[in-house]
Amino acid sequence: MIFRRKPSWELKENQVTDERLFLNRRNFLTASGGIALAAYLPAVARANLEDLRERIAASPKTMEVDEAANSWEEITTYNNFYELGTDKTDPYRNAAALKTDPWTVQVSGECEKTGDWSFEDLITGLPIEERIYRFRCVEAWSMVIPWNGFQLSHLIERLQPKSSAKYIAFETLYDRNNPLPGQRTRVLEWPYREGLRMDEAMHPLTLMAVGLYGKPIPNQNGAPIRLVVPWKYGFKSIKSITRIHFSETEPDTSWKLSAPHEYGFYANVNPNVNHPRWSQGSERRIGELFRRPTLMFNGYSDEVEALYRNMDLRQLY
Amino acid sequence: MTGIQLVLLRITLHLACAVPLCLLAIRFASNNLGVNPLETLLEGTGIWALRFVLISLAMRPLYILLKDPITLSYRRLFGLWAFTYAITHFTIYLVFDLNFSIGGWLVDVQARPFIAAGSGALLLLLPLAITSTKGWQRRLKRRWLLLHRLVYPASMLAVIHYAWQIRGFRLEPWFYIAVLVLMLSIRIFASRAKIFSRDTK
Repeated sequence: MIFRRKPSWELKENQVTDERLFLNRRNFLTASGGIALAAYLPAVARANLEDLRERIAASPKTMEVDEAANSWEEITTYNNFYELGTDKTDPYRNAAALKTDPWTVQVSGECEKTGDWSFEDLITGLPIEERIYRFRCVEAWSMVIPWNGFQLSHLIERLQPKSSAKYIAFETLYDRNNPLPGQRTRVLEWPYREGLRMDEAMHPLTLMAVGLYGKPIPNQNGAPIRLVVPWKYGFKSIKSITRIHFSETEPDTSWKLSAPHEYGFYANVNPNVNHPRWSQGSERRIGELFRRPTLMFNGYSDEVEALYRNMDLRQLY
Repeated sequence: MTGIQLVLLRITLHLACAVPLCLLAIRFASNNLGVNPLETLLEGTGIWALRFVLISLAMRPLYILLKDPITLSYRRLFGLWAFTYAITHFTIYLVFDLNFSIGGWLVDVQARPFIAAGSGALLLLLPLAITSTKGWQRRLKRRWLLLHRLVYPASMLAVIHYAWQIRGFRLEPWFYIAVLVLMLSIRIFASRAKIFSRDTK
């Protein structure tokens, strides 16, 4: 028989925190904090989310395209959201890993209303519309998607940028100590970063989406709030935004940082400028077998070409 | 191994090689290839073409390891399966991406470097598949050995074709590059050390 002498510093079995509890300590703290808070603010937070659900469901249709929309299933099970994994179905499968309640957006830089905004406060009162947009991925597939959201311009007005604000930058959720499943490998430099020139951001087509098909937007599509810029490649439309920063200079953007010769800051859909490794002249619409030609500015030329009038789109891709 | 065991092993290997293709066919027939079925088909057939090329390249290192020349006789089996997957891959691309247009293919080869690499790999594998029979082996004699060294540039182009269409930093292409480098460097090392003679059975 072997006797093992316990060293004095060793914890007894019953003093050790269960590993599952330990690993979930953040959730436990958040949850207990939430319970404590809820005791003081009964039903306020819930009312806001219920309210948002209703606002999304009741949003009037203000824009559509003469093409059939893709199905809920197509839009929510085929995603590029590397924070939740690199396979197209990973974001759907790992969607539960993204916690969106509570959600805070940090606003900083060249504007008056800097500080931490709760998601509810940030969007309260902004007019939510349904807009059906074409969505073109830089990988040459596309969809037609019925978003529910408000114009980014309305939000920008609320945040009161200074005249020195020439660009707006966004960041996706990234908690170094508690990374999302896909953030454990450095596919890209985290957090994911995107940005727009101020006139692009103020353009009436530029949308902040909070819903899809009249429902709150699912995690894999960028809950609770994401950008939608329909005339640019999909990677510009950053998901699950936790930071908005107004700046004087062009902000760093993730894909440009990763491969500057392949992805530019502008990333306008342009069938005449090929990706160095593949053609952008045509695309596969999800649900169709054969390719279809890609449209200049993804079919939104009339609305947006004035933004780029004196620019060489071959140089500034 | 006895004759009957060898036959059984060969049949088993053939069946195993057919499994990924059959699974894709079943998913195709049951309309279960996901939201972008053509992408699933292209990726599925492509990755298995690459894997079988690398497996066929692994037969000589395996021979060095096991000293059993039977491993060398499976090079053709895996090579032909690699070609089967590669030609299926190409056909899907030709039909659905290019609408059967050979002209479109030539344009694509110029526009998309990774397509050029993949097309090159397929064109190099084609003569190997055609001359894989005993008859051609006899007819070409020593030139057959020379010809079949095309598998080396073909495998390199196949890995480049795969790695070149990946976006962002991913481990998978590095894995296949590492396997290829390993398979080729074992040969270089072994031929220097004269561990094996130049016979190929």
